[in-house]
Amino acid sequence: MVSIFVEGKSYAAREGENLLSTLLSLGFDVPYFCWHPALHSVGACRQCAVKLFKDEKDAVGRIVMSCMTPVTEGMRLSVDDPDALRFRRSVIEWLMLNHPHDCPVCDEGGECHLQDMTVLTGHDYRRSRFRKRTYRNQDLGPFVNHEMNRCIQCYRCVRFYRDYAGGRDLNAFAAHDSVYFGRAEDGALENAFSGNLVEICPTGVFTDKVFKKRYSRSWDLRTAPSVCVHCGLGCNTFPGERYGTLRRIRTRYNREVNGCFLCDRGRFGYGFGAGSGRTLPLPAAMTVEGIAESIRTARSVIGIGSPRASMESNFALRALVGPGNFVAGFSSRERDLLSLILEALQGSAQKPAAARAASLSEAERSDAVLVLGEDPLNTAPLLELALRQTAMAKARQAAQALGVPHWNDHPVREIGQHIKAPLFLVTPYRTSLADIAEVSVTAGPDGISQIGHALTRAIDPDAPGRTLPKDPAGVPVDRIARALLEAERPLVVSGTACASASVIKAAANVARALKRIGKDAGIIFAVPECNSLGLALLGGMSLDEAFARAQKKKPDALVVLENDLYRRAPKRDVEKFLRRCGNVIVIDHFETATAVEAEHFLPAANFAEGSGTLVNNEGRCQRFFRVIPPSAQVGESWKWIRDIMAAAGKLQKGEWEDLDAIIGSMVKDLPGLAAVSRCAPGADFRSSGMKVPRDSHRCSGRTSMDANVSIHERKPPDDGDTPFCFSMEGADLNLPAALIPRYWAPGWNSVQALNKFQREVGGELIGGETGARVFEGAGSPGGEPAVGRAAYYPGSPLTGERRVPKGDFLILPRFHVFGSEELSAAAEGVASRAPRTYIGLSKESAERIGLSEGAEARVVSDVEGGSFSAVLPVRLIPGLPQSCALLPVGLPGTEWLDLPARGSVRAPGAVESTERRPAKRRGQRKVKDG
Amino acid sequence: MVERPLTERIRPGLEPPRIEEYRESGGYRPLERVLRAMGPGEVAAEVRDSTLMGRGGAGFPTGLKWSFVPMGEQAPRPKYLIANADEKEPGSFKDRVLLEGNPHQLIEGMILAAYAIQAEKGVIFLRAEYRLAETRIKRALAEAAAGNYLGENILGSGFNLDISLHVSGGRYMCGEETGLLNALEGRRATPRAKPPFPQVSGLFGRPSVVNNVETLSNIPHILERGAAWFKGLSLTKEGGTKIYGVSGRAKSPGWWELPMGTTLREILEERAGGMLPGVKLRGYLPGGASTDFLAPEHLDLPMGFEAVQKAGSRLGTGTVILLDDRTCPVGFVLSIARFFARESCGWCTPCREGIPWIEKILAAIERGEGEEGDLPLLEEQARLLGPGNTYCAFAPGAMEPLQSALRLFREDFLEHIRKKRCPWR
Repeated sequence: MVSIFVEGKSYAAREGENLLSTLLSLGFDVPYFCWHPALHSVGACRQCAVKLFKDEKDAVGRIVMSCMTPVTEGMRLSVDDPDALRFRRSVIEWLMLNHPHDCPVCDEGGECHLQDMTVLTGHDYRRSRFRKRTYRNQDLGPFVNHEMNRCIQCYRCVRFYRDYAGGRDLNAFAAHDSVYFGRAEDGALENAFSGNLVEICPTGVFTDKVFKKRYSRSWDLRTAPSVCVHCGLGCNTFPGERYGTLRRIRTRYNREVNGCFLCDRGRFGYGFGAGSGRTLPLPAAMTVEGIAESIRTARSVIGIGSPRASMESNFALRALVGPGNFVAGFSSRERDLLSLILEALQGSAQKPAAARAASLSEAERSDAVLVLGEDPLNTAPLLELALRQTAMAKARQAAQALGVPHWNDHPVREIGQHIKAPLFLVTPYRTSLADIAEVSVTAGPDGISQIGHALTRAIDPDAPGRTLPKDPAGVPVDRIARALLEAERPLVVSGTACASASVIKAAANVARALKRIGKDAGIIFAVPECNSLGLALLGGMSLDEAFARAQKKKPDALVVLENDLYRRAPKRDVEKFLRRCGNVIVIDHFETATAVEAEHFLPAANFAEGSGTLVNNEGRCQRFFRVIPPSAQVGESWKWIRDIMAAAGKLQKGEWEDLDAIIGSMVKDLPGLAAVSRCAPGADFRSSGMKVPRDSHRCSGRTSMDANVSIHERKPPDDGDTPFCFSMEGADLNLPAALIPRYWAPGWNSVQALNKFQREVGGELIGGETGARVFEGAGSPGGEPAVGRAAYYPGSPLTGERRVPKGDFLILPRFHVFGSEELSAAAEGVASRAPRTYIGLSKESAERIGLSEGAEARVVSDVEGGSFSAVLPVRLIPGLPQSCALLPVGLPGTEWLDLPARGSVRAPGAVESTERRPAKRRGQRKVKDG
Repeated sequence: MVERPLTERIRPGLEPPRIEEYRESGGYRPLERVLRAMGPGEVAAEVRDSTLMGRGGAGFPTGLKWSFVPMGEQAPRPKYLIANADEKEPGSFKDRVLLEGNPHQLIEGMILAAYAIQAEKGVIFLRAEYRLAETRIKRALAEAAAGNYLGENILGSGFNLDISLHVSGGRYMCGEETGLLNALEGRRATPRAKPPFPQVSGLFGRPSVVNNVETLSNIPHILERGAAWFKGLSLTKEGGTKIYGVSGRAKSPGWWELPMGTTLREILEERAGGMLPGVKLRGYLPGGASTDFLAPEHLDLPMGFEAVQKAGSRLGTGTVILLDDRTCPVGFVLSIARFFARESCGWCTPCREGIPWIEKILAAIERGEGEEGDLPLLEEQARLLGPGNTYCAFAPGAMEPLQSALRLFREDFLEHIRKKRCPWR
């Protein structure tokens, strides 16, 4: 640290850091546009000018751009210098020459960085008497609205979209005062992070198109901290409510998880029913008492939990039916995969944790990343965004060597343009990261795990198993191993995308090997749903086991919690099971195929209507808080269950009265889940003796909102579950990070107000980190290097594609960022971006069976008496092994199939060759993997 | 004694010398000798000692520019030597003379410069409109390659160099050395932040030197006859000759290679034949559209970098644009502002928004719609667009003719506003 002098007063600052972020960290209000905490400095807008003096005697000084000036010992500067002020005011004047001043009708109005900066500089009078420039706007698809006239050409959009997120279809066009930011032609923005443009743009060029349809002024939105429910990463969000409906989702900063960004699925996926389109199936005639009675009298009862329901709701169901009757709600395959992941992250009686569960921010900083079988863009989008940044660390090093500071973004990228990201991808097909990766090879699940085991032995020769052929299938095993060994912060990424246990085991082995030789290795597993890991922590039967049990003993009552069984088991099995169960009670917030068949339906609260806790893929427990006021019809699932239990005499009156009570009960029952209660303050938290207001103090029309119904202002609803109130009244100063309901500071009405909530720019929130990890301690840095070799999973017994008879395929799941996830797929915009379903084949395979891209193929897979048959268009998949085929997960048009599965792909008219296939087929069993 | 080294082999209106003729007249001899007998450091030292100043307009010492290139085994590879042949400065046509008239001279200069900095890739970045030059450069490059002056192991020296020709997409900013580099990489021709300088991180992030065509064309002569001879050509401390040009209402506008530091009086009166009859000189831009106006009282000023700077302008490209008493100075300055408003790359705010505003104000004055506050506003804008406030030197350059015109021709501006019309119409 060095001393700098601002207006003659001394401050401590980090040498070499840029002056703008230093000043912002110190609390000075320096205006800026092109600089962004995640995109750094480029010096384009000239807004952050300050005066720099040579020494104490220099009274004249010179104007410098603070974003482009490194901090040096003893430097003297002035933010308030009259020349600097005048120049900054002029910059706004220039920008306003063409800015349309349509603030009253602009969606950005009231949370506009340009408005804030204009007020900050004091520019208030138009001297130009000339006409303004106008542009033609483009249709950029369902998510982002385009209004180019408002553009102030800060270049942030293209820098985020192209440089940061790897997009290609947004660009800067034309020159001089008609620079245009858009696509070469109208069309949906292709990049899955396009929604961030809404927050990146300092004014109203890119705005939220979904929000626009049911718009509300930002200051009227009721907000609270929340967690995204559309994948397993648990990105932090701010949902915004008005008049009882959810209007939009914004990024909530979490340094360790999502930083400043969200993916489009998370931002625009809420339309699944949280909005005006929510259809509530009518509550069944049977009352809670009736349901309670049917459960009380049942001789056999089954409760099926859900990876998309909160910890509290799952725990409540487990308590209702008893742990022995609790079904985790996964297929047995998925349950096994998640158990393995848990074992790797948490350790078990036999094995200590393989390595530290790494966060996304650690992923971003990793200097060698091995990806085994995972396709982050489509399963855990923000992980993709994090991995895309790994190249920058190396570029910054190279730049540093040439004396270029790390924040000087253009030269860093210029110098780093030849540097590949230290990513080593071993996946079933070429993923979107392949373009920037040092190595990208493809193999089927068996091949991937084989490569993983070869790497394990290359890293730790002590690892068990026979020595595999060097460089199997031309994969540069030695090179990858060397990169991991030379790295300071190596990372292994895997997950459930291949649905292969052997891939997960191989990933755990590589991480363990790195750990064992003393590396500070991290591991990240992508999991499918927002509480997959939390549910796995609760344990329980698999669906298959539940089905089998129902066959043996007819359940008199079945409670299905926020789960659509048709998405997790073959249709025939589900139908049979539901028929077999006596009284089927479904609790959900969403009209699923399962809910439709329920005898009794209880409308659950979704993430915006209720509060609860989710556990993300790294074991981070995070609390989400409702923004929609309670109603008589809708309640958190655990509250329905509580009421049923109370009516059935299973709970004392007053037990589980509120969220803290059920969490307390859960932690008492399962002490390993203490982090659930630690992750956010309880309902008794008070700020200056008051609750935390969900409504901002700028909220307008409080007394008139319901005046068409009654002129008497209604009493705000109570919220006994959380420290928040449904009102403007309360205190929101100095909050713990988990409770910050919005970013706002005097003069800072846009998302840029985040600066005021961080200890320093890009750093930790003043209120600490949000969330608490269940695996804290396990596999922490430097721990347990002396783990015995017994902890390794044995070398992979080969299964899968090798056993596929000639002419058949191992059909692998293929996830799509838009379409594969259940809830978001029901949102209009997301649905329109989902591909049509298909069968993916390698070019060679397709040629072999005489099919070309787009041609129809019959896909048949006979699994344990069930059968899957569909006619699907063929899509050619670069890199896909010839033995494999890809079937998209969750897209409309196909039934559920337990993937990977063995199956055939033929031209629809083709007759099966009897020569190749024995008349009596060898058991077409489900492929047991690993 | 050679007095016009750059242009003595040029035959205006005729074909340039082919390689045989170029060689017969002594061409490529300096290169042959250098590759045989001199190390890269010696070449660089000779050029440094010659006091050759960059002829693109900024007048930066060429030897000093080269000295920042990392040398030796550890230096990043490949290194690039780029000839800036994107002559887009309004009123400038001196590089065109050299490109069309003697491309081998440029190529030889490039090979020598590349040798000095040990670059293995050369690029000629050519203005799109210079079609004739394009044809002739292509032919010359092919001839040079056939003669092993380019390619692998040049003349058995072990030195390798390829030169490619890139024809610009055509924007003024492509002539700015870092805008040029971005354009070559297929990016928008916006300037880059300095530091890092191109010598450290240039084309594709590799060490690069960008030199003007006239600068490079001098190199073979410096190495042939030595630094002392080169310095002796000049009337000032800045070595060599200079190709001066005159455009405007002179009797015979054109170009002439003269000793560095020749006065404009000599150029105008002895070479260009003076002003047309009945036309009086009111002022001149000494070196292109981005230099300050000088008044007729400066006619006896030596046209050298230092002298012109002292007088409050810049030598720039040394191609003079004359303003006479039959031409409206407001219209003259408006025309320049229009050019710069259009050619601004749009990267930084002051330039992108400020110059078009200035253009609109000037246009209003010229139309007779000027207002009382317009001149103070123009002066303020010219000050605000000054050095340091903008990302690159483009806007400060654009402000030079405006601020000096407001000073020298203030009465003409006021007359426009008072009379609500242009007095020249």
